[in-house]
This record gives sequence, structure tokens and C-alpha cells, in this order.
Amino acid sequence: MRRNRLIALLYLAPAGLLLSMFLVYPVLNTIYLSFLDNDSEQFVGWDNYVYLFTSPATLVVFRNNILWLVLFTGACLVIGLLMAVLANQVRYEAIAKAIIFVPMAVSFTAAGVIWRFMYIYRAPQFGQTGVMNALLDVLGFDPIPWISNTSVNNYALIAAGIWMWTGFALVVVSAGLKGIPSEVIEAARIDGANERQIFWHVILPMLKSVLVVVAVTLVINSLKVFDLVYVMTFGNYDTDVLANRMFKEMFTFGNFGRASAVAVVLLLAIIPMMAVNIRRFRRGE
Amino acid sequence: MAEHAAAVKQDTLGTRMVRALGRGPLHVALIAICLAWMVPTLGLLVSSFRPAAAIATTGWWTAFSTPFEFTLENYQQVLTTQGMGRSFLNSVMIALPATAITIVVAALAAYAFSWIEFPGRDWLFLVVVGLLVVPLQLTLIPVLRIFATLGWTGSFFAIWLAHTAYGLPFAVFLLRNFFVALPKDLLESAFLDGASHFTAFRRIVMPLSVPALAALGIFQFLWLWNDLLVALVYLGGVRSVAPMTVTISNLVNSFGSSWHLLTSAAFISMILPLVIFFALQRYFVEGILAGAVKG
Amino acid sequence: MKRWHALLLMSVLAIALLAVSACGTQEDTTDGGDGDGEEIGSVSVMGVWGEGELEAFNEVAAGWEDESGGTMEFEGTRDLSAILRARVSGGNPPDLAILPNPALMQDFASSGDLVSIDDVVDLGGSYAQTWVDLGSVDGSLYGMFVKASTKSTVWYDPAGFEASGYEVPETWDELMALSDQMLADGLAPWSIGLESGGASGWPATDWIQEIYLTESGPDMYDQWVNHEIPWTDPSVKSAWERFGEVAFTEGYVPGGVDAMLATPFADASFLPFEDPPQAGMFFLGSFTQGFIAEQFPDQVAGTDYDFFKFVEINEPGTVTGGADVIVMFNDTPATRSLLEYLAEGENWTSWAEAGGFASPNQGLDPASYPDDLARNAAAQLTDSEIFRFDADDLMPSELQTAYLQGVLDYLQNPDNLDQVLADIETVAATAYE
Repeated sequence: MRRNRLIALLYLAPAGLLLSMFLVYPVLNTIYLSFLDNDSEQFVGWDNYVYLFTSPATLVVFRNNILWLVLFTGACLVIGLLMAVLANQVRYEAIAKAIIFVPMAVSFTAAGVIWRFMYIYRAPQFGQTGVMNALLDVLGFDPIPWISNTSVNNYALIAAGIWMWTGFALVVVSAGLKGIPSEVIEAARIDGANERQIFWHVILPMLKSVLVVVAVTLVINSLKVFDLVYVMTFGNYDTDVLANRMFKEMFTFGNFGRASAVAVVLLLAIIPMMAVNIRRFRRGE
Repeated sequence: MAEHAAAVKQDTLGTRMVRALGRGPLHVALIAICLAWMVPTLGLLVSSFRPAAAIATTGWWTAFSTPFEFTLENYQQVLTTQGMGRSFLNSVMIALPATAITIVVAALAAYAFSWIEFPGRDWLFLVVVGLLVVPLQLTLIPVLRIFATLGWTGSFFAIWLAHTAYGLPFAVFLLRNFFVALPKDLLESAFLDGASHFTAFRRIVMPLSVPALAALGIFQFLWLWNDLLVALVYLGGVRSVAPMTVTISNLVNSFGSSWHLLTSAAFISMILPLVIFFALQRYFVEGILAGAVKG
Repeated sequence: MKRWHALLLMSVLAIALLAVSACGTQEDTTDGGDGDGEEIGSVSVMGVWGEGELEAFNEVAAGWEDESGGTMEFEGTRDLSAILRARVSGGNPPDLAILPNPALMQDFASSGDLVSIDDVVDLGGSYAQTWVDLGSVDGSLYGMFVKASTKSTVWYDPAGFEASGYEVPETWDELMALSDQMLADGLAPWSIGLESGGASGWPATDWIQEIYLTESGPDMYDQWVNHEIPWTDPSVKSAWERFGEVAFTEGYVPGGVDAMLATPFADASFLPFEDPPQAGMFFLGSFTQGFIAEQFPDQVAGTDYDFFKFVEINEPGTVTGGADVIVMFNDTPATRSLLEYLAEGENWTSWAEAGGFASPNQGLDPASYPDDLARNAAAQLTDSEIFRFDADDLMPSELQTAYLQGVLDYLQNPDNLDQVLADIETVAATAYE
């Protein structure tokens, strides 16, 4: 047992050191700063949190993050899983997967430009230069200002996010799928199971740990979503999210106290999710 | 046994082909999704070959009808930008080593979390995964202070460490879940034969986890290749160390309106990551695990 | 035994990496200029300039590099305030920074991050007092203004005006009458574009500020900027409402509010000059010349496109404008040398000739400007009786953001003006600390 502890320490040391310096220390620093004022000079207790929770903008921010959490995670997971399983059965698998994956290779600046081309709005009397509005035009509808219209803009941004991140789900699930021995599947086929039964009763259970990785990562990414919102709207028109709010407070306004409070709230938001994971652990995978 | 496996494989290919040809709905669904996915990028690609004036006034699909206004000037301008070649090298200098270090460090830690028994293992693992939620921007100032004190600002070494650390929570999470799913008997028999942890790690776990390692490598490389913020803060934007993302962002003036150049710049900077993605595709091969179990 | 192999491997790897990275850091030292004997070193300058602006500034700095033997290293980023704040708070600021507005300068000066440039440059001979005052905080000089633009320009097609019998208006009433005349002729009188990513809405603030200055005069303007009067003051509301007259009158802006919010500000400048013209007039700063020239390279400045000075309401001769201000974070001999060089107006001649540049520095010969249009715009900066800096650029960043969001809010909810102003006032109450 003692030998194991020492070995474990050795294996964990590099990761442990890096994580402590780059993640743990800043988090502790941030928690501390959230109780100081905006210039980090005076202790102000809970003031920053009070400001955060009484600001009307905060409600919008929470709503948006929940929208991202549900729609973004759900869609990426479902489409990624679907594509992984479907593509696995065709000859042009590599191409199909590559097409879904390409958006991940795109930087956020480029993504901003791409989706600008998709969502451009021009007054109805002018021609439409954006794909979505051109489609609407062809179908006989009026163009919609996707970015500034508050009833659709969140969904527009989430759609862009799904487009970017499904490739991630696809790649990871695909790697897991490859880890399933083909004999197992063949055996099930020989036993007379049809494709749907194979999917639900053979493949899915064996993919569990992989799906957990994907789901957890996506959920956390939806809570932390920043780059896309920053590039496309900077949080304007009711699209603000927690991470963008934190960025604004910290870097645009220089309000370190408030920014730290937003960050702490963001960190606390994952606790329910961690609780779920703990329960799974206890039950034994 | 091997014959049976070979026979089964042949059947798989044959029956697969028959099934594939007969599966209309499957193909329709796949191809529809793929086409929809391609549209946004296609828009960017087509626009990159159009003159700036045309981009501002008409939709990119009109480029396929007269007048044909295709031009290479966007690509020309981007490629001949001063410092583009140097920044490409810088990007490689940042992304490759950091990716390699991440894989090594994460694999070691993930192995410990999967196959070494020690007290508090599960709780520690959850803490590491929990760190996934820490937003990067939060760490910029505290870490920069440390770097400034150590004199590490502007050095590649510092940014390798930083990127590795930022990628570790996901990397450890991913690898550990893969390692844990490996056949227990394989490892236990190895331990019974007297193998040390390091042997098990090197000879069994790592080779069997190649798909996961490849996936991790791709993601980490991509995230590093496309990073702008961390580079500007820790490394600085001076020509000698600036990665491609910085040079590209300087293609746009302070009004941010000349983004026709961003269209071609986006594609130029996508080339290397996509090459790496396709190169690593061969690791996503079925049967590695099956072969090991048989052997 | 095998365990130690691993340790050995890792340590070797680590040492190798350290060695390689050590090579990386030494690249930072100078490699430019043929200095006579002493290496003066390099100066890092951070700013928002890119593309043509960056090339032009590099050329200006090249003059210094040749003279002194030093190297100017420019770090460009569109996210200047974010990156700068991170670097400053993290203890690794650039030597110089070129800020797009004085508010940022005041912020850094009051937190003690800036070095006073009182003893580095003497602006008395080449800058009007307004500019010296704007660059000072608590009596010490911290910023020098380098690239300026006037905002009081309304762009139009002179040939088109003449053909249609339109006359350049001089008062607000004449402007509104002209707008109605254009509307009656079937031409939307105004093009307005507000889309600008995170800063969307700023052209509308330009409208409001310009109106405010000429409607309520410079003294009230200063009070408004310094929050000596609240945002709910009738003078403020009146300026917003006048802008509303232009924005909301049916048919004035093609496509209405939706188009205003969705059109990028640069693209909106094209409308009056298209064939056939899609709008009559466009109000935005002198940098608009660059947008028009790039989109319509065949059109001639002064003939096919020109500007007239924004109209007066109560106070005549008012001009609003903006400028970039250069500040110093690290006091080194090289930095001082570069700053001194940049304080000489004539050293900016190459950029003036290239176009898209105007300087408040009187040492720059107006003959260097490429055409009369640019000269007239620059003259507004140096010769106007009442010049005021863009109001939102003088406000703390939190207030500026609230102001921008307020404008967007007002446009989507025109009846909510009082609430919008009250909300901005709430932010203003605490933002000036």
C-alpha cells in the first residue's frame, strides 16, 4: 500500500503541480478577491454578490446559460452520437466525419465571420446577402435580424455553437465506438438482433463512460461559453452569458471585485453536476 | 480462432456492402446532415475568392453566376503579409510541444487514477474534473503576475506549461475514462506476472489507448493552434514570438471592417490542423482492442 | 528499476525543453537599426491599429529607428483594453500604448500605472491648450494625442445634390426640411449603420453628442461629461429625442430600426454613393473618407463625395472629434527617445500623405494631406471655435457600455426613453469612482 502511494504521487506530480499553479491558485485568489472592492483594496464583504443578484441583467444571463446548457449539450450529444453510429456503417465514413469535424478547426474569429455571412440582415427592399435570410426570402418570408432580434438571437448563437462543437462529440464517441470489438456486434447480429436493438442494448451500454465524458464536457462548456458570444454580440441584445459578463467586468471595466463574484457563481454552478457524478461513482461504474 | 476471426471479418465487409447499398434512409440522413454542416464553411470558402466590394454587396452564392468575379487577391494579401511565415513557425512552436507535454502528463495522471490504488483517489479525480469549469480568463492576471516575477513572460516555455495546465482537466478526464474501460484481466495478469506499474503503463495501457490519445492530441493541438488570448497575454504580440492568430488579427484595421481578408486567412490557418486530423484518422481504426484480447 | 527510467526520461525531456525555450527568449533583443555604437534597445508599443494603419505607423517609426538605432515592436490587438488590463495588472505592460480614448488613460493614470510625460515632451509649441488639458490628469501630463478625426462631418454626393436642386443645410430646421424634400422625391434621406460588434451603437452616440453640443453649448456639455448634471436632465433628453426624430421618422432610414441595428457602420457609408443612390446623407466622422474611397475607387473626392459641417441648433461653430492618445508605462531611454520623436508633427508626414490620418499637432504641414477633403477635415480640428472631445470616449468604460446599450435599447423601444436614461443614470452614479 505504501509503495502504491509513492508511485501514485510520482505519476500525479507533474499534473498536480501544473494544475495547482495555473488553476487552483487563481481560483483561490479569485474567491478572495470577490470579497474586496473593484480595485482590490478594501474589504466589502458580500457587496459584490448582492450587486450581482439584484442586477436585472443577471436574470437574463442565468436564463441564457440554461438555454445553452439544455439545447447546446442535448443537440451536440444527440447529433454526435447519431453521426458516429451512422457513419460507422458506411464506406465514406472518414469524409462524413471530417465534414462534421471541420468546424472545430476553425478559430473563433473565423467562426464569427462565417456566421456573420449566415445571419446578415438587410432591409427587405435590398437583396439579402446572408444565407438564412436568403432562404427565408426564397420561401416567401420576411428577413429576420437574427442578431438583434431578442426572441431568436440566443437560438441563433446556440445553433452556431452546436455547429462548432458537434465534431467534438463525434470524434470522442467515435473513438469509443472503435473500442467495441466487432465480434460482439456480429455475435448479436447472428443471434438475430436488428439494428435498433443492437444500438440500444449492445452499443449504448458499452459507450457509457465515453458518453459521460462528452456530456460532462459539453455541459461545462455551455456554462463557460464565451468566445462565440463575445465575437458575435458581446452580450448585447439580451444574449449575455456568465463568462462574458465576467470578462466585461474584469477587463472592460476593471471591476475586479464584481468580476470575481461572477466567476465564483460560475464555479458554484457546476456543483450540482459534480454531485451527480459522485453518485454514479458510489454506485460503481 | 484466427481463421474464424478472418471469416467473420470477411462476412462483415460483404454483408456491410450489401446493407449499405440497400439502406436508403441511412444515406439520405447522413448526406443531408453533412450538406447542412458544410454550408457555413462553404460560404466562407467562396467568399475568400471574391473581391471585397462584391462580398459587401451580394450573397456568396451569387458568385456562381455571371459576372464571375473570382480573385486570388485575398489569399495573396494574407500570404505576403509581413511576418506570416514566421508566425506560422511560432504557432507550430507553441502548439506541438505543448500538445506532446499534455498527452504525457495527462496519461501519467490518468493511469494513476485508473490502475493505482491509493486513498482518496476518487475524490481527487473529481476535483481535477471539477477544474474543467474554471474559465481561462480568470487565471490570466494571477498567472501573469507569477510569470512576471519569474521573468518567464515572452518565453515559449511558459506558454507550454500554461496550455498544458489548461488542457489537463479535460485530458485527464478523457484518458482516465478510457483507461478504466480496458480489460481488467489483461492488466491483472500482468501484475500477477510481476510487472511494475510503469511496464503496464508503457506496454499495455498506452498502446491500447491509441484512439483516445489521438483524439486528445487533435483537440489539444486545435485549441492551441487557434488560441489568441493566452498568446497575447503571456507571450506578447511582438513579431518574434507572435503566433498566426495574432498576425491574422492584425490584418484587420481598428474599424474591423476589412474582414474579407479574414476569409482567406481562416482557410490558410485551417490547413495544418486539418492535415493533422486526417493524418491521425488511421488511429481511429476498429479492432485494435479485439486483436489485443485475442493475443 | 523501471520507475527510475521514467524519472530519468522526464528530466531529460524537461532539460531539453528548457534549453530550447531559452533560445526562444533571447530573440527579444534588438536586431534593427544601424545605431552608432550604442544599442538603444527596443520599445514595445501596443495599439488597436492593423492593416493599413499598422503599415503607416511602422513607416513613421522607421524614421525613428534609422535615427536612433532602436527597434519599435508593435503589438496589435482589437481587444486593447482587455489585453492591456491583463498585462498591466499582471506586471508586464508594454512600454507605450496608443489608446483609442482618454477615459482609458485616466483610468490607468489614477491607478498609478502610467508614467508622467511632463519631462519627456513639451507640447506647448505644437498643441492647442485643449489637447494638453485633455491629456493631463491631476495637473500632470500623461498622454499625447497622435491621430485625430473630426466627427462633425455629414457625407453627401455634391453632384447629386446639384442635379436634384438640394442645398447644403446650415441649421437643424433646414436639415429636417431637406430630409423631407428628399423623402418626397423618393430618396431616403439618411443612412445609419450601428453594427460594430461589441461596440454597436457608437455612431448613434456620435449623433447625440453632436446634437447636444450645438443645442446646449460647451459648458453644459462639460457638465454632462463630468456627471455634474444627471442623464435625466432635460437637455440630455432633448438631444436623444432629436436623434429620435431622424431615426424614427417613417422612411427617413431605409429599412428602419432593424436595418440600422444590422448594418455595419462602414457599409452604411456606401448608400449615398451607390448607383442609383440608396440614401441622401450619412453622418459619421472624417475617417469615412477611407471607407468610401476603398469601396468606390473610381469616384473623385470633392466631386462625387464630400462632406458638409454638421448643422447648428443654438451654438454656432461647434465641432466634436476623437483621437488616439499615446501613453507611457515603462520609463526607459528608448521609450523616451521614441516619444520625443513622435512629438514632432513633421515626423508623421508619411502617414498624412498616405491618407486616413489627421493630427492635432500643428507641427504637421497641412500640405502633406493628400487632398482638399482631408485638409478641410483636419482644419475642423485645428481651427474650430468650440471643439469638444467625443463624450462617450471621456466617460468611464462601464458608463460608456451602459450608454451604448441604452442607445440600442431606445431604438428598439422608443417609448422607453425615460427609463433608458434612468438606467444609465444608475450606472453613472457609481461609475466615476
